[in-house]
Order: sequence, then C-alpha cells, then structure tokens
Amino acid sequence: MSLDFKPGAFNGFFRDETFRDDFTYRNSPEGIRRFPFPFDRDDYMYSVNMEPHTSGRKGSVFEHTFDVDEHYVSEMIDRAKVLAEDPLRCQSLPHMTLAGWDLLELIMESKARDYPQWFSLTKDGNRWHWINRPLGIDQTFTFLDESTLPYGPFEYITRQTQGDFSLQDERDNDLWMDAGMITSQADWSLDFDIGMSFMEWHAPVPLAHEKGIFDRALKFLLKLQHGAPVRRFNWTMTVNPLLDTAPETYPKWGPTRTTLSQDNMGNKMHLRVELQALFRLPRSNAVAFSIRCYLGKFEELVTVPKWGRRLHRVVRDLHPDLAAYKGFLRNRDAMAQWLSAYDDGKPTSPGWWPED
Amino acid sequence: MSGGAKLNVRVAEVVEVNALIKRFRFVNRDGSPMPAFSGGSHIVVEMDDSGTRRLNPYSLMSDPEDRAGYEISVRRDDAGRGGSLYMHNHVKPGMEMVISYPVNLFALDSRARKHLMIAGGIGITPFLAQIAQLSHLGGKFELHYSARSKPLGAYMDRLTQAHPDRVHCYFDDEQQTIDLGRILSMQPLGTHLYVCGPKGMINWVLSTAEKMGWPIHALHHEEFLAPGTGKPFDVELAVSKKTITVGTTQSLLEAMEAAGVDAPYLCRGGACGQCETNVLRCDGQLLHRDHWLTPEDHASGQKIMPCVSRFEGKTLVIDR
Repeated sequence: MSLDFKPGAFNGFFRDETFRDDFTYRNSPEGIRRFPFPFDRDDYMYSVNMEPHTSGRKGSVFEHTFDVDEHYVSEMIDRAKVLAEDPLRCQSLPHMTLAGWDLLELIMESKARDYPQWFSLTKDGNRWHWINRPLGIDQTFTFLDESTLPYGPFEYITRQTQGDFSLQDERDNDLWMDAGMITSQADWSLDFDIGMSFMEWHAPVPLAHEKGIFDRALKFLLKLQHGAPVRRFNWTMTVNPLLDTAPETYPKWGPTRTTLSQDNMGNKMHLRVELQALFRLPRSNAVAFSIRCYLGKFEELVTVPKWGRRLHRVVRDLHPDLAAYKGFLRNRDAMAQWLSAYDDGKPTSPGWWPED
Repeated sequence: MSGGAKLNVRVAEVVEVNALIKRFRFVNRDGSPMPAFSGGSHIVVEMDDSGTRRLNPYSLMSDPEDRAGYEISVRRDDAGRGGSLYMHNHVKPGMEMVISYPVNLFALDSRARKHLMIAGGIGITPFLAQIAQLSHLGGKFELHYSARSKPLGAYMDRLTQAHPDRVHCYFDDEQQTIDLGRILSMQPLGTHLYVCGPKGMINWVLSTAEKMGWPIHALHHEEFLAPGTGKPFDVELAVSKKTITVGTTQSLLEAMEAAGVDAPYLCRGGACGQCETNVLRCDGQLLHRDHWLTPEDHASGQKIMPCVSRFEGKTLVIDR
C-alpha cells in the first residue's frame, strides 16, 4: 500500500509549481502579503523570541495551529520525491510509535477544525475516517492500530503536512530526538542527529552554549505543558526556492551560492523563514517540534515598501559572525547592494506586519 | 499566567472507596472530551476553602483513553493542612471546579521491555492509569502493592480480577512484606522499576535496587510532598517590593499568591522545579523540603522552592 496522491486539486488556490530543476515556485500577491516577515525592527540579534502558539491575526500564518497555504500540494509532492530518493529522511525509533499517534491526532483534529473545506475527520470510537481533499486521500483506519495505515502514524500524517517535524522523547531529565520527518531543512541531518540528546544535537551552534542559552531552553522545554504550545521564528537565506537544503545533497546546492549577480538576485535569493512550534503530546508525554519553512524571493518581499527598507538595513548591518553562520557572508555585500535600491532612508514602523 | 493551561470541570461523581479514600470524577463543563494524557500524570486541583485558596496535586488514576472524564483518589489526612479534608467534606457532585492540564513527572520509559511497579497505599493511583495504558498498548508489567489492611487496599479487587497473574498484594496487618530482593533478582534485562508510596518505602526500594546493581536510569519514583507546617516567618519579595508573612499552615508560594504576586508553579509538591527562586539575602536557616534542588544547592543557601520549603531566622529576601 502507499499514499496515492490524486492531486487534481491544482485549482484556483493550490499552485502547481516545483522546488527543484526549473524552480517554478513563487508566491501569489496574496501570499506575499501574508509572508511571515521575521524582522520587527531594522536590526537583528539573537533574542528569546518564544511566545504562546495561540491563534493570531485572521489570514496570517498564525491564524491556525497548522498553516495550510497555496504551496501545500506542491510541497507534499516535493516531500514524496525527497523520500523516494532517500528514505532515511523519515525515521522513527520503535518506542516513538505512540508519539506518532499523538501527532496524527493533533494534526487531523486541527486541520478538520480549521479547514473543513479541505479536511474531514469522523470518529466512531477508535474507527476513524480521514478525508484529505487536496491530496485526494480517503482513509478509514483504527486509531492506535498501525496495521490499518499504509505507513506508521508519524510518516503517514507528516507526508500530508507542510513543514518538518521531529519528536522528542522525554526521559532522564532530557529530550532525545527519536523520530523525525526532515525534508525541508536548513542544512542539518536527521540521520546524523537521530537518538541524540538535546545538548548533543545543538552542539554545532556557536556562542549560545557559552551563554547558557541551551541550559535555559532545555529547562523551559521540559516544563512545556499539554494545551499550551509555544512558537518562535528562525531565518536564513537560500539560493533558489529549494526546500531540501540537506547536508546529504550539499554538492548539488552548495555551489549555487556562486551563481548570483545583480541581475538574478531578486529572483534567486530567498529569505527563508522557519516558524517553529513546540507541542507537548498527551499520551506519550513526548514533545513535537514543527519547523515550517516559508520562502520569499527578494523581488517579492520588496513589493512591500516597509519590508524592502528593513531587509536592506538588516542584511547590511548584520554581525559578520551571524552572516557566516547563516551561510551568506560571501554574498552579503551583493545582497545589500541589490536591496539598497528599495531603501529610500525613510523610517519604518515597529512590528513586522506589512501595512503597519 | 503561572500554572499553565486550565480545565473548567464539573464534579460528576464522588465515591467512598474505603474509610480513608474518596474517588472524584471530573468532566468538562461544556461536555467536550477531556484531553488524553499519559499514565503517571497528575493534575493540580484548585480549591476555594472559605476564602483560602488551596492547590493540591493528585495523580490521575483513570484510563487515559477514557476521554469522558478524569478520576482521582484522595486519602483523607486529618493532621494535614486541610486540602484533603476540603475534598472529603465539601466537594459534592455537581460542583464546578478548576483543574490544571495533566503534567507527567512519573512517566513510563517507553523503551522498557518490562515495567516493574511497587506501590504503597495511596501510591497506587498513578499505576492504575499506567496499567490501563499498558493494557491498551500491549506492554508488559508486574505490580507489587502493599496496604495496611485488606479494607484499606483500594482497587485491589479490580486489579487482581483484571490481571490475576501480574498483580501481587500484601497486607501489613497480616505481616506480609514484599520480598524485594527476590523480585529484583528475577527481572529480565531491560526492565524499568517504578515506585510510588511513603518516603520510607521509596528509599528502601531505590537503595535496594542500587545496591543490587540496577542502572540508575532504570529507576523511577514519585513522591508528592505536602508543604507541611511550621513557624510563621517574614519574607521580603525584592521584585514585587513587598514584605509578607507566611502563616503556620501556609506555604511560601501560597503566601505570595495571597499577596497578589503571580509566582510560577506546576506541581506544588517540590518535584517539578518550576517555582525555583533565587535567595538574595538570608540571615537564618532555610528549611529545604523539596527533592528538586541538589544537595549542593541546598547547602549553598542561594535557592529555595517556595511550594514546600520554609525559613527560620531573622531576614529572608528572595528574587520574586
């Protein structure tokens, strides 16, 4: 058995586009307006930007627990291609099956509640009926019985959900990355990290350990409560709208950093924003971490005057260590030069919303 | 808001289990299902005891897959601070109450090949939920449960009926004791050990297992401390710029809350670490009663857990 997408659904809303080869991905004008622009001021430094993951402004990416946008169907097709080439991008250690069911329940209940036009979930005891209209899926199965789904519960639901997911088991006063679906990552490897503890998988991050940031973060996450999810942003820059920037495929995409010019910068350079949310799962007591990636072309973002001014100032003034860590130090001056045409020096309003 | 997410519930049922224990069932006021939870979780029940706010943690004992309601069992403590007496004397079916979302500080290790459980008295409650959960998922377990007497052995009947070969009961008044050394020597590799009961029992089980070479990561215990009573004392709250008096039957955390200070908490039993507070000045003796801080922390005199710990002396200033 397999998940057999029947995406006849490239209708007026879901875009038919690619994240590889000819890279036809782009945002619609409405998609640009709801882009989660991560800078609420004209400069950027690390901060503790954790906040409750509660329903935000209508139409924004915060409106629902799991945002479904115009790229949904194409992203799921891209994920299926990544998995076909490298099945180790999805792994779940044997003791994480219950956490997978927890996540499946959370996602199905959220999507059926928030997007009834696309998803439906009906239950007769543990006999569940799931309909995913955009992907053409109609599945009846028994909750908590793995043999009734074509994949394990974790892989089944994350093949139908935008964003990467990892599941952390809690034991010995630590969190252990014991499952993951990682196909749209900013250059890290699930196959390398699986089974690691919180400090182990964060070991490569510079400076933050010395500042005790991860000690505090782990303490905070061990206290994360069911019913009170939290979220934060992270960001980087990516050449081409490539979701799958994995260490495993670095030879394919790493060299694209040398292909930029003032002529192609606006189309090729993307601000890559991760909306990260953390959920305590009820039956397994595990912690689910979702990493949702949004890609915005420079030429799309500068159509919002406030964002054009601000992005120029952030890129121009960013600490060189951070630019190096995020992998764009070599292109930083060229990026700032291209963006400078959209910065007339006028002041910007506080906050990240486009119209404020 | 401190204390995390809350559930607005109604008391659906109060059942007298035996001379000391009553069982309470909570359902959602709006009729929606309760959140699923993991075996070993507790909730904090908020009580309004004629103007005194009491918040006590109780283990969930019901089947985690029973989404219609949550059940707890409360043992009456006539010499306690009053929380259990309030539950026994004032909580009736139909009453509206507020409880926290479940929090688990006593989770099963999902990698274990087998779960060996040792329960004493009311310490049986988290195991009831864990056994229900393991039964759904096909996990292996063995329970040894001791009580003062047959009439006080709550839920023994239902346990032995459902799991005749896996549940073993012992009664103090019949001079029956758990043959711990023998039991621990007979477990297959990959077994995890869990103990919940009186402090003496927990120490006995853990130290015996350690002496027999059990890996420390395979040992789990849960013990909620009642905040306990003591002499009244004054505390200066540096951030809030207030000086408060902690009464004889009040905890420092409760005294802060009564003074309108929003201090963080989760378990209110010295176990979770959420209320950890820095001590800025201390002229006197901190009476540490938690099992969150390390012995070094206790000795340093620079931290206190306001949910259970107290102070005797001249001046105490804390960072809250």
